[in-house]
Amino acid sequence: MWDYTDRVMDHFRNPRNVGVVKDPDGVGEVGSLACGDALKLTFKLDKDARISDVKFQTFGCASAIASSSALTEMVKGMTLEEAEKVTNRDIAKFLGGLPEQKMHCSVMGREALEAAIRNYRTGEKSKQILEGKVICNCFGVTEEEIERVVRENSLTTVEQVTNYCKAGGGCGGCVPSIQEVIDRVEVERKSAGAAAAARPMTFLQKIHLIEDTMAREIRPMLQRDGGDIDLVNVEGNKVIVAFRGMCAGCNVAQFTLKEVVEAKLREFVSGDIVVEDVKS
Amino acid sequence: MKIVYMDNNATTRVAPEVTEAMEPFFRELWGNPSSMHYFGGQVARHVEDARAKVAELIGADPSEIIFTSCGTESNNTAIAGAAEIYGRQARIVTSRVEHQAVLGPCRKLGQTGFDVVELGVDSAGQPDLGELRKALQHAPCFVTTMWANNETGVIFPIEEIAGIVKSAGGVLHVDAVQAAGKLPVRVDEVPVDMLSLSGHKIHAPKGIGVLYVRRGTKFRPFMLGGHQEHGRRAGTENVPYIVGLGRACEMAREHLREGPGKLAALRDRLEKGLIAACPSGVLVNGDKGRRLPNTTNMSFRYIEGEAILYHLSDLGIAASSGSACTSGSLEVSHVLRAMGVPAEFAQGSIRFSLSRYTTGEDVDYVIAMMPAIVRRLRALSPFSPPEEQQI
Repeated sequence: MWDYTDRVMDHFRNPRNVGVVKDPDGVGEVGSLACGDALKLTFKLDKDARISDVKFQTFGCASAIASSSALTEMVKGMTLEEAEKVTNRDIAKFLGGLPEQKMHCSVMGREALEAAIRNYRTGEKSKQILEGKVICNCFGVTEEEIERVVRENSLTTVEQVTNYCKAGGGCGGCVPSIQEVIDRVEVERKSAGAAAAARPMTFLQKIHLIEDTMAREIRPMLQRDGGDIDLVNVEGNKVIVAFRGMCAGCNVAQFTLKEVVEAKLREFVSGDIVVEDVKS
Repeated sequence: MKIVYMDNNATTRVAPEVTEAMEPFFRELWGNPSSMHYFGGQVARHVEDARAKVAELIGADPSEIIFTSCGTESNNTAIAGAAEIYGRQARIVTSRVEHQAVLGPCRKLGQTGFDVVELGVDSAGQPDLGELRKALQHAPCFVTTMWANNETGVIFPIEEIAGIVKSAGGVLHVDAVQAAGKLPVRVDEVPVDMLSLSGHKIHAPKGIGVLYVRRGTKFRPFMLGGHQEHGRRAGTENVPYIVGLGRACEMAREHLREGPGKLAALRDRLEKGLIAACPSGVLVNGDKGRRLPNTTNMSFRYIEGEAILYHLSDLGIAASSGSACTSGSLEVSHVLRAMGVPAEFAQGSIRFSLSRYTTGEDVDYVIAMMPAIVRRLRALSPFSPPEEQQI
């Protein structure tokens, strides 16, 4: 059996927001029977242009159903601009994590949301749209999609890419092309990291950059889950923070601390930053 | 919670009689059967006793029975041995619906330059014997195929296959891991050269298998480094498990008298009950006329197998699925694909496999629980007929 979290099992057993919204403003459909999972997402906006109602229908495994259900809970009340920023990692995090081989379920959620938003804005039926060059013919995955999951999830191996978007999981003929995408993103990541490391900063500039990064990259993510974070102190490369709201006492707080807060600060401020919770 | 175990093609419960037979060999009789002292020597007798019981189940001579660690080892031994004996001029013939323990070693040989032919099957899961005859026009030819399929329960016409292979001068290895104990598997009636068995499919523990090698068949050992099993399988004998397997074979012989008929009746009751109780869009995969009496592989349209399994599991029911999510890869079962089962059915396939411990009450419980699961998942599915969707 898969090592599903209690939250995954809860959303699988008691899926929220099942069905189709009446007279929807946006409809997004992704996946197929042959692929093994498919999701139809519909939403309605209120007068303030916020998502007032959102429903899903999913064909798929336990984690596909849970990811869809989680997504609807997450985006309810958001503006489309806010909803657009939801990544597959956010969906997985909302569920307390997904098994690596099941991350593609969270990617399907994000894709359906994008398709529904695009449908609202342009009237396009998003089902058949494949932008850019198709790399994996077995599952119809484009270079753009592969690059995106590699970037957003910091993937480094073809196996991970398969887990996240299925590309490479059929005949395996596209494995070299997937490796090329990984290599290209890796080169970019390294040069960006080198640039960040090379940038001379005063201590005050560094604190400002930490605050900016937290405000831009970290807090919105935590606030979506009803949590928050404050900067307490900076001592050299040690950044001390305090979790607030739902994050305080959350059982995945340590994961969030390292995998989200520290990872983002290392990416945008300096590669040697260590983040600690004020309690520890 | 009620527990209904219907995944016996995956593994079976160890029979209490088997555990009982094994126990002394953990407590008192723990000697090495190869030792030159009474302490070990007294154990050797029990190993030979078990060998005779295994031989009796399949109509073999005890000297033709080699104990291995599992069915997978038995298959690997047969296939790797053939490759060594016949070399690259040989053709290896197998089928597309074999267990991975046969397909894996065959495909590995294919990658290293061997001529490997995988026979196709029809929509009922039966092999193309015309293709087999054609493949056998090459010599030497080694054929390795299954007696019965683990996923669908479909029984291959092994008598006919053996006749074709032998008259063409080929060598035949049969993977009888699923067939043994469920139907008569007799090497004195069917001219197979080698045959694999596994303990844990017939109520012995995991970790014990058998390779039958007909006297006179060319053989190369797979495990080297000891004289055990007359030099055919090195490694100190797993005495307690060998004894357990002997007892399990004895019980299997007993079961074969009336058990298969009773099991088939239970299986049919389950199948008919589910088709009647569930909404439409349910079908049975595989040759209904030639199937293991304990197995049914059913497809529930518009919904996905793993989701069904988790709901079943919540109710204490253990089964398995050929869906992509549960196959360990991203594609649906290779068996259902080879049969041409459409993806929309294969993704929702569920295998129920019964055993002699399955009761009518178990069957009725599954029939009672399944319709709600199907309805619940169809209500979620965008592909269901509109009247079954939750709008």
